[in-house]
Amino acid sequence: MKVLVPVKRVIDYNVKVRVKADGTGVDLANVKMSMNPFDEIAVEEAIRLKEAGKADEIVVVSIGVKQAQETLRTALAMGADRAILVTAADDVHTDIEPLAVAKILAAVAKEENPGLIIAGKQAIDNDMNATGQMLAALLGWSQATFASEVAVDGDTATVTREVDGGLQTVKVKMPAVITADLRLNEPRYASLPNIMKAKKKPLDEKTAADYGVDVSPRLTVVKTSEPPVRQAGIKVGSVDELVSKLKEAGAL
Amino acid sequence: MAVLLLADVANGQLAKDAVSKTVSAVAALGDVHVLVAGEGGDAAAAEAATIAGVAKVIFAGDHGFCHLLAEPTADLIVSMAGAYSHIAAPSASDAKNILPRVAALLDVMILSDVTAVVDGDTFERPIYAGNAIQTVKSADSVKVMTIRTTSFEAAADGNSAPVEALGTAASTGLSEWVEDKVAASDRPELTSAKIVVSGGRGVGSEEDFKIIEALADKLGAAVGASRAAVDSGFAPNDWQVGQTGKVVAPEVYIACGISGAIQHLAGMKDSKIIVAINKDEEAPIFQVADFGLVADLFDAVPELTGKV
Ligand SMILES: Cc1cc2nc3c(=O)[nH]c(=O)nc-3n(C[C@H](O)[C@H](O)[C@H](O)COP(=O)(O)OP(=O)(O)OC[C@H]3O[C@@H](n4cnc5c(N)ncnc54)[C@H](O)[C@@H]3O)c2cc1C
Repeated sequence: MKVLVPVKRVIDYNVKVRVKADGTGVDLANVKMSMNPFDEIAVEEAIRLKEAGKADEIVVVSIGVKQAQETLRTALAMGADRAILVTAADDVHTDIEPLAVAKILAAVAKEENPGLIIAGKQAIDNDMNATGQMLAALLGWSQATFASEVAVDGDTATVTREVDGGLQTVKVKMPAVITADLRLNEPRYASLPNIMKAKKKPLDEKTAADYGVDVSPRLTVVKTSEPPVRQAGIKVGSVDELVSKLKEAGAL
Repeated sequence: MAVLLLADVANGQLAKDAVSKTVSAVAALGDVHVLVAGEGGDAAAAEAATIAGVAKVIFAGDHGFCHLLAEPTADLIVSMAGAYSHIAAPSASDAKNILPRVAALLDVMILSDVTAVVDGDTFERPIYAGNAIQTVKSADSVKVMTIRTTSFEAAADGNSAPVEALGTAASTGLSEWVEDKVAASDRPELTSAKIVVSGGRGVGSEEDFKIIEALADKLGAAVGASRAAVDSGFAPNDWQVGQTGKVVAPEVYIACGISGAIQHLAGMKDSKIIVAINKDEEAPIFQVADFGLVADLFDAVPELTGKV
């Protein structure tokens, strides 16, 4: 079985984002970029399926700017076999919407015929939490989102999902789209030899136009603003003082 | 036009607070029709009909909608979509699972976690873990959106909207529910509780999390946790507060042994009063805390439990 894993290049999760003074967006020039943490988990899960003999090839796909090539190389260094870069924007500030990304991924899936697609549950930049669900819809496939455990058995996958009340287990018919939550696994670091080897793994370059997908946004960004800043309050010296402050504030 | 609002229902129980806040978020956009899906949802449908601002409740009682599996529920909503300008739901795990699927089937974008409705096409939503707020204008014919309920007040009570039965049968075949592992609890629900007491990595173990729970129970509060506490097995996943967990905005949020990473702050920084108990006076949580206590939580938390 082939596993397809979409990966996104996003601002590193440790970087404090800055809203541009003119309100047009967030400053991404010269900031550290990394693979979206949820996508690392998705790549790791695919590698584990391959190690367990349940998958034989892992194809990673990234859609965005040319620089996403680095993100794909990271995935190849972790253990993916092959990469597809779909260039859909020139400016690093352009975020391709989940709907357009899902359309491109659906086109890739039709060419590649994977048995399973594992995506991250959300990208930590736009926080949409949508691409996997949209992709499953466009392909007419089943979906199992927010996965914390995946067991593949023949043509079904049993997936434990993190939901509001606790955990839910569903059985989905394959091919399926699974989206990874934080506790699915702990992704490995790529070793130096694997980073070197990854440089020689195949990386195909495509454009959105190759798949006939119009990536123009449906949502126009009117403005981007800073959230209200919360002022630090006071330090209290003791539990007694805390209790009396809370009472004064009418909180107890 | 009207708004179709997918109700959040689990085991026949309506998440009334969340649905009511969603009703008030979308009330200005048109008549609100609440959809309750799943066999056994009769009581939830009746309860939804009492929320002020609801024009009618549609109850799709087929067994196949139980557990709100994404595939049949999305098909159901798509089959009804023609009559609506907006399709909305509280940003709970079911809606996050279902509505992006609905949006793609309708060839429109999803608007996730809407925090303000500016007009019928224009909405605000947080990006980058709430470190920026984006105002977006949608060019789509139908707006499909999840609502961040902590940004809205609950609608009033005291309505008796009609409940209409819808006989649509669920599409089947793609996925199947196996089981839910849900811990029963007498505590208030995390996202609607007035007080939340949360523990982080500093609590150290599942056993020691009991001191967090004891304070919560004394205060009639819900219990929350940081990702580190959940990952370490001190607390169950459904207690996680943050960018990728639950978003809460209680009257009082008490963070114990939590450093205050941006991903955690994303889930609680709109709380009215934030209390931080941490032994490191440099912990970033103190930058957002109204009342900070630099102390060992193993001393301070039990003492606080004794004094409230
Ligand atoms: C993609 C992604 C998503 C994430 N999503 C979330 C999320 O939704 N929610 C979330 O919370 N995190 C999330 N995180 C993780 C986040 O970055 C932090 O790692 C996490 O919040 C840290 O948890 P913590 O504060 O409990 O632990 P730490 O940062 O280790 O802090 C522990 C604190 O406890 C204090 N302490 C220790 N012992 C004591 C004591 N005896 N008494 C008092 N204080 C003590 C320490 O001084 C320290 O400040 C996410 C990370 C990533 C990459």
